[in-house]
Order: sequence, then C-alpha cells, then structure tokens
Amino acid sequence: MLRFILSRLLQAIPVLLVVITVTFLLVRCAPGGPFSAEKAVPPEVVRALEAQYRLDQPIWQQYLSYLGDLAQGEFGPSFRYPGRSVNELIAGGLPITAELAFYAMLVAILIGVCAGVIAALRPNTPQDYLPMSAAMLGICMPSFLMGPLLVLVFGIWLEWLPVSGWGELAGDKVLPAITLGTGYAAYIARLSRGGMLEVMSQDYIRTARAKGLPERVVVLKHALRGGLIPVVAFLGPAFAGLLSGSFVVETIFQIPGLGRFYVQAAFNRDYTMILGTTVFFATLIVLFNLLADIIAVWINPKMRHQLSRSR
Amino acid sequence: MPLLKMASVSLLLSLLLMACGQGESNTASGNRLGILHLGNGTDPQELDPHIVTGVPEHNILTALLEGLVLKDPSTLEPVPGVATHWDISADGKYYTFYLRDDARWSNGDPVTAQDFAWSWWRALQPALGNQYAYMLFAIKNAEAYFRQELSDFSAVGINVVDDHTLEVGLANPTPYFLQLLDHYSYFPLHRATIEKFGPPDQRGSLWTRPGNFVGNGPFSLTEWQLFKRVIVEKNPHYWDAENVSLNAIHFYPTENITTEERMFRSGQLHRTATVPIDKLAVYRRENPELLHTYPYLGNYFYRINTEVPHLSDKRVRRALAMSIDRDAIVQQVTKGDELPAYTFTPPDTLGYTAPNGFTYDPDRARALMAEAGYPGGDGFPVTELLFNTSEGHHKIAVAIQQMWYKELGIKVSLHNQDWKVFLNSVDSGNYGIARAGWIGDYVDPNTFLDMWITDGGNNRTGWSSARFDQLILEEAPRAETREQRYRLMREAEALLLEDMPIIPIHIYTSKSLVNPAVKGLEPNILDYTLYKSLSLDKKSAAELPH
Amino acid sequence: MENPHSATLTQEQGSSLWRDGWIRLCKNHMALFGLGVMVFFCVIALLTPWIAPYGYEQQDLQLGASPPSAAHWLGTDIFGRDMLTRIMYGSRVSLLVGFVATGVALVIGVLWGTVAGYAGGRVDAVMMRLVDILYALPFMIFIVLLMVVFGRNILLLFLAIGAVEWLTMARIVRGQVQNLRHQEFIEAAFSMGLSRWIIIRRHLIPNTLGPVIVYTTLTIPNVMLLEAFLSFLGLGIQPPQSSWGLLISHGVESMEEYPWLLVFPGLALSITLFALNFLGDGLRDALDPRASKD
Repeated sequence: MLRFILSRLLQAIPVLLVVITVTFLLVRCAPGGPFSAEKAVPPEVVRALEAQYRLDQPIWQQYLSYLGDLAQGEFGPSFRYPGRSVNELIAGGLPITAELAFYAMLVAILIGVCAGVIAALRPNTPQDYLPMSAAMLGICMPSFLMGPLLVLVFGIWLEWLPVSGWGELAGDKVLPAITLGTGYAAYIARLSRGGMLEVMSQDYIRTARAKGLPERVVVLKHALRGGLIPVVAFLGPAFAGLLSGSFVVETIFQIPGLGRFYVQAAFNRDYTMILGTTVFFATLIVLFNLLADIIAVWINPKMRHQLSRSR
Repeated sequence: MPLLKMASVSLLLSLLLMACGQGESNTASGNRLGILHLGNGTDPQELDPHIVTGVPEHNILTALLEGLVLKDPSTLEPVPGVATHWDISADGKYYTFYLRDDARWSNGDPVTAQDFAWSWWRALQPALGNQYAYMLFAIKNAEAYFRQELSDFSAVGINVVDDHTLEVGLANPTPYFLQLLDHYSYFPLHRATIEKFGPPDQRGSLWTRPGNFVGNGPFSLTEWQLFKRVIVEKNPHYWDAENVSLNAIHFYPTENITTEERMFRSGQLHRTATVPIDKLAVYRRENPELLHTYPYLGNYFYRINTEVPHLSDKRVRRALAMSIDRDAIVQQVTKGDELPAYTFTPPDTLGYTAPNGFTYDPDRARALMAEAGYPGGDGFPVTELLFNTSEGHHKIAVAIQQMWYKELGIKVSLHNQDWKVFLNSVDSGNYGIARAGWIGDYVDPNTFLDMWITDGGNNRTGWSSARFDQLILEEAPRAETREQRYRLMREAEALLLEDMPIIPIHIYTSKSLVNPAVKGLEPNILDYTLYKSLSLDKKSAAELPH
Repeated sequence: MENPHSATLTQEQGSSLWRDGWIRLCKNHMALFGLGVMVFFCVIALLTPWIAPYGYEQQDLQLGASPPSAAHWLGTDIFGRDMLTRIMYGSRVSLLVGFVATGVALVIGVLWGTVAGYAGGRVDAVMMRLVDILYALPFMIFIVLLMVVFGRNILLLFLAIGAVEWLTMARIVRGQVQNLRHQEFIEAAFSMGLSRWIIIRRHLIPNTLGPVIVYTTLTIPNVMLLEAFLSFLGLGIQPPQSSWGLLISHGVESMEEYPWLLVFPGLALSITLFALNFLGDGLRDALDPRASKD
C-alpha cells in the first residue's frame, strides 16, 4: 500500500511539471500584457515594471527562475496586487472557498443520497422519477441562474437571508452553499441510486428480508453501507471539482474566495497568480484523485488484490 | 452509515447556524453608529497613491490623505486643504502655498512642506512605475527629471521655503494647476513610514497595510481585505476632525452590478457605484428619490482607424457620425440621462463649450457616402466594430449597427474582446472602429484635447494634424487669458471634429442609488465626494423597494 | 461485456441485444419523453431559418422590451427583437456546441482508449499517463484560460470543450477493451490471422458501443452547460450569434423587469438538459448488460 502511494506521488511530479509548462506558455501567448491600460502607459514606466517583475528577461530564463521559486514553495509576487505574493492571496482565499465547498458538499450529499435511496426503493415508478427529477433540477439549472433566483426569492422578496457576502451577516452562507451544492446533488443521487439498486438485489439483503427484518432496518442498516460506496469514491474528485468550480457562485455572491481571484487574474493577465492557482488546483486534484483511489482500494478488497497482482 | 449520520447531523446544524435569520441591516446599524457603507466598483489593487490608477482606489485615498487644496463639491472651486491660502505670481507660473500649523499625520506628526516635496520627488522616481507621473509634469523640469534627462532634483520647480511654506514653479502657466493638487499624485506621504518598510521607490512595500498606513486625511485605514471590504475610521489627529461627522466608512468591492443593486435594496449599502441599465427605468418610475444621476466629465465615443483604406476618407467618417440617432440611443438603450454628444469635450467644461462639429442628418450622410463612392452603401467593405466585453457596450453597438445598416446600407460586424485583448488590438491599430471612453483627469478642455496630438499615446487612430499639434502644444499653453486659450482650444477641437477620427456618442452620467439617510452629498461633474462633509441621519428609516 | 455470445456470433443475435435494449428503453417513459423532446428540438433547430417568425437581427427600438403577445409569442428583448426567433437561432448554436464538442470527445476518446487498451503494456502506460496529466488540469480553469488566450472562437470552443471531455471517454473505453481482449472471440479472431486494425474496428469498437452511447448522452448536457457558464463569464459565443447560455446570462440581469427574457431561454435549456439526462439514464439501464439479469 505504501509503495502504491509513493509511486503515485512520484508519478505526480512529471504530471505537475507538464501542467506548469503548458500553463506558463499559454499565459504568455495571451494577447495584452499585465500592465496595459486604457490610458497609455509611458514607455519608461513599462520598462520599470517589466524589470521589476523580471519580464525583460528571455522567456526560458523566466521559466527557469519560476521553477526555482516554485521548488522553494514560492509562487512569486502578484502583478495585480503590488506587494502581495500569490502565496498570500491563495492563503487568503482558500479557507473561504474550502468552507463554501464543504457546505456545498453537505447540501449535495443530503439531497443526493435521500433522492437516490428513495428512488432505488421502487425503480421505474413515480417514486423513482420524482426524486430523481428533483435532484436533476440542480444540474439543469446553471448556478448563474439558480443563484440570482434564490437571492430574489429569499433575499429580496422574503427577506430571510442576505443577498451577498461571506461571514458578514447572519445566514449569508446559506444561499451560496445551496447554489453550489445542488449542481452535484444529481450526480450523487444517480450514484447512490445505482449503488442501492445493485446492493438491494444481493443475497445478504434477501437473507435479511427473509429473516423478517422490517424494510426500514434492511435499507438503513444493511443496504446503505454497501450502496453508498460509489458515492464515497466520488467525494474526493467532487470536492476538488467544487473547489475549482466555485467561481461562478463566488462572483454572484461577492465571496472573497479563490475562484474569484482566479477569474480576475485571468482577465487581468496576472501571470503569476494564474500560474499559481492552476498549479495549486492541479496539485489538489492529483491529491484528491489519489485519495479517492486509496479509499477505493481500502473499501474494496478485490481491488487490493488486483493491485498486488499488477505489481 | 456513521458517515451519513454525521453528514446529515452536521448539515442540519450548520444550516441552523448559518440561517439564524437576518439581523439589523448594514444601513440601519450604520445610521445609528455613523458608519457609511459604500459600493466601490472593482476591488482596489493597492493604496499607494503613486501606484494606483483607478477610480475605486481614488475614492478610498481621498478619505485617507489630503492635498494642499480641496475642491468645493458643489462648485468644484479650490478651497483650502492642508494649505490655508496661496499666492499666484502675475505670470501664472509661480505658486506659493502657506500650510496650516495644525495639520497632523494620523500618528500625530506635523504635516510640513518637506513632506510634500519628498512625496513629489517619490512620485517622479522612474523605478516606482508611477503611471500617473505625467500629472506632475505641469511642474517645471518634472518631465525631464522623470525621463532621466535631468538628474538634479533641485532643478525641478519645487522649493521648500520653510516648514510651512512651499513654492512651486511651473513649466507653463497652467490655469488648472490648483485642480491637479487634489489628484492623488499630489498627495503628501509620510516619509518615515515608507522608509521603515523599504526603499522609497519599491513597489508594493508593506507600508499601505492597515496598522502601517500613516495618512493625513479625515480617516485612517483600519481594515483591508481583498474582495471583501476596506474600512476607514475617523482620524482624531485630522486638523478639521471636529467637523467630520462620520465615524467610519466601509468600501465594498462590487464588480457584479446586479448584486450591488440587490445589496442596496436589502439595506447593505448606503450608496452604489453605479446602476444597472435595466433598473434605471424602474427606479425612475417607482423611487425617483433614490436614483441620482448627474453629467460626468467623460465622453463615450468610437475611434476610427484612419489607416484602414475605406475609413481614411473623411466623408465616410462624417457620414458614420451623422447617421447615428443619439437621442434614440440615450433614451432607448443607455437610459441614464446621458447627453447626446456632438463635440468631444463635454459642454460647459469650466466655461468651455466647443462648437457642434456635426448634426444628426441621415440625408447629408447618405450624400457624403455617395460622394465617397459608396451610394447606398454599395461596395463598402464589411467593417469590424470592436468593443470590450460588456453588456452596455454590446447594446449600444447593436443599435448603431442597425442604424448604419438602415441609413447608409452598410454592413458592420460586431466583435467583442476581453479587456486586455481589446486594449492590445486598439493599441496596435488592429481594428476598424473601436469603442472608447475618456474621463477627464481635471476640469479643463486640455485633458480632452492633448490626447489627439500626432502619435500621442492615447490617440491610437493614426490621425494627425500639424495645425492641431501647434495649437495644443505651442499656442494654447502660452495664451495669456482664459478667453484666448479657450478660443485656441475651440479652434483645435473644430479641426478634430471636422476630420472625425472619432465619433462622439454620448457624454457620460454618473449614476448611483443613494439611501435617503445620507446627507451632504453634492452632485458634480467629477462625481467627487468630500467625505468630511457627509453625514448620516440617525432617525432615517427609509423604505427600500422590494 | 460478460456475455461472450453477445454481438459476435451472428448478425441476428447481435441485433437482438439492440432490440432488447430498445424494448427496455420503450418501457422507460421518462427516457422516451427525453428522446421525443430531443428529436423535436433538433428538428426545430434544423428548420429555423425557414420557420422562424422574424428575422434574426430585426430590431424595433421603439417597441423595446415587450411581454409575450400575439405578435411576439415569447415577447421581445430591449431592442424589440423577437425572443422566439432568438431562442430558435440560439438552439442551433447550443445544440451544435453540444453535439460537435461531444463528437470531438467521442472520436478522440474512443480511438485513444481502444488503442491503449488493445496495445497494453508500455504504450498503454504512457497513453494513460497523458490522460492523467490532462485530468490534473483544473478543466474549468483550463477552458477559461484557453478562451482568454485565443479569443472567442466557436471552433476553438468545440475543440477546447471536446479536448477536456474525451478523457473520461478514453478511460471507459480502455477498461472495456481490456476486458474484451482476453475473451475467447478476440483470441479466435487473432488465431484466424485477422489484422489488428480489422480486429479493432470490427470487434472491439462495436462491443464498447453500449457504455459509449450512454456516456455520450450524458456528456452533451455537460457540454451545453459549460458553454452557458462561459457565456456567463463573457467568454462564450460571439454576438450577434447567440446561444441559450448567452440569452440566459443576459436575461439574469433583467429578471425582475423583463422576466420573459430569462424564463423562456432558461426553460429551453433546462428542458433539453432534463431530456438528455433522462435519455442517458434510460439508455444506461437499457444497454447495460448487467441490467439484463433482472
């Protein structure tokens, strides 16, 4: 197991290197530099700025020195925010995005698992269609439509919840979490429905039923455990997806999270910030995928067997 | 199973925690405590006046720092700031400022003439990369020093007579010089603080962070969280502190204007930075007292690339300008009380009004097109109209595209580009017609006209006129009286409008939603707010629309 | 495929799997409904230039935004343009993006996965490593970057989205092929001396079709949604072309004043996504061989 983890971690290094290189080149190909502005910038100023951010060096040299900084854990200075390092910006935005993603995940799990389990109990009946359709609403309503609608109803008309912000007014985390979470609810619903259907047809469930246990106990105590394995395996990648996909919600609700930093950086040609966030997210995704694999192996002895065989 | 149980329990708990109902709104508590909540547009990049370039930063800096001279918000005439009074020499080239004795920094140090001289020296350090350094070029030899053609700073026209007397020598008599002093490039900075956090010409040293920042304005910096808010609180050392009514101001970054309007409606903001187009009509109809619009010193126009063959013909450019129904655009599309523009400089800019360069006259436009060889638009190549991605620009472009098609029979294709790409295209002349906006740096026609000199950095149209250059660079600066100067400026603007390398569309308006509790707000064409004259009505319980 | 007799022995038996699938699909009302909706929308989109009530660019500034009426069934936007017409034209772009980008993903993914799974060994390891690399790119972020860098170009949009979506496809196909490779009928084909390419084309790819079709139906809605997200960020389709995503993101801005500008394109997109998702789920249930055990 340890060898498996170690080798996967080693494999991640070339992966990340490619990600860095591709992003580095892509960013530099983008027309328009970080310092262009509507009012013409005097050439003296452009020169001074380029010298300060090492943009006057040949590109391969910039690339190498960037890698050098990265090896020391330095993402470099942000171009848009003078005097702030990308490390500082990520450290500021990440906890907020992570918290948002966590709440969104809870929303998704609650809605998704409930819908999936209920649907699996009577497949291909209204009891199946109705909750699955409800969960699917999340996918079918893009968050930039769902968010403003929720705000209009709960923020403006009913005045139950604040319309924007994060941690400033009581309850301002509810709407963003719901908006982000519902998008994943349908995936989880589908996975748990599939998992439950499979488990429910297995012998040990039949045995449990045959023993005369009430259906409630059969479902909640015996079937759920196996039926939710696919959901558990999905959580890792889903969380990474929530983290890197939160920027629409952050834009709508004016949340100072990492996603908003990223979009701003892309539009402002904040080279170091774009690179830093991309590398950071890539690392995160690699780690979460690894985590998901480890969990899968751990839950499923068959795969553990395969693993030792493939070595 | 335990996972599921845990998950559902924690979800319910956190939902409960998150949703314990909406408490007192920002504006209600703000009115009680004297805290003003402002929507402030894009997120401020930096709070160093020698680095920043944007309006949001300007708004915050005017609360934190104070120049020699302030403006009266209702008349925009100069009023005493750190200087109590000033003398101007007869030839208009020498200014002597007398600084007040009781001006203090927020740490209690006195504000002296040396502080100003040092700050202006810093503003002109090339390594700092100050994009607004040109604002100081009115001062004698400042430009040469900045361009490193001159290394001796004492040759620059800044002379400290004593702690409280500052003499400034100008390159030319500059009638708008006193106005410049209220721009953040001319604000004083606290030398000891900046030097404590690094060399004076280092970009982004930590001196601008809360706790470090030392200013001389009516407020001092207490919190700065990116993408969240900037908080400034009343500065007890400010010389006029007893007349400052507000205890604090919270500036919120509000890039998403739909959300901003909703924040206003739910009582989270006292004032917004702008108003979404679709909301203008609603507020005008239902809550006109909340909607504030006022002409703004800026022009929304299209640049024409005069180096594109079919656009190099003046008649074509004039025909394009004359076939746009600006009244329809202002009433049906922008809807914000904008003024249709037939000149480049907004009318009545400190007494200057340019003659109309053209009129809305589709018949004449058609005739001009025929003269130029495109009767009924025949043979006119499909022209690209470029704008940066924004719903407002898109709407205007769609309307104009249709007008040109209807009146002149010509086809225009719309292209929008993301901001930086757009700037790159316009700057490198890679466009046919491009949307543009220009906001004056100060109230004087010069800020609208000197950009059109041959190869000027902001010209970008390829247009050039020797006579225009001569008027703007040689004759107008040497004019003895305002009338004479304005006459020369009018002549220059007439040349510009005759050749039409640009199509003026409308004069901007500043638009905002203002909570009735805010008192002392004076509208002006610079959208300039003097925070020390604002106050909040404690008893106000304004009904906001739902 | 766990049933080695499935598609290989004779033509009749091969088609019977599909017929079984079709019968199962017909029993699933929601999936049938989805199929019907999609066919309907596609026909409308194809016929739009002939049946649209108004011209695409036809403005009426004086009319401005008006609610649904007899003349304009779904109302007009602020330029007085007919919303029904715009939604119909928008459907062409949205569906096109959905189908073409998915098509790109399909082609790359199936080829890549088949080759990797079939070759095995080092080739497989290298090819799948590349997939992993692309997986590690935060793909939303990657597309935003691409659109910013290369500008808003509809072709590029297809490619960018397709280039991201093929990864999962490649993984699914590779897994299938790996399973199949060791089945008797492939070994038999080998021993008969058939060329590799023929084996891949005649035997491997057809046998992976089931999961691929299912995944394709589920990818189309994802892609359409992605285009809508890009539109919201101002990175989608270039006006005057329009897509449902673009119409929605404009509609959101004026949802209180002119709700019909949001509701109708929103409904169109939501119904399509709904239909595709149900169709996909139905197909999965119908084509998944394991489902036949029940």
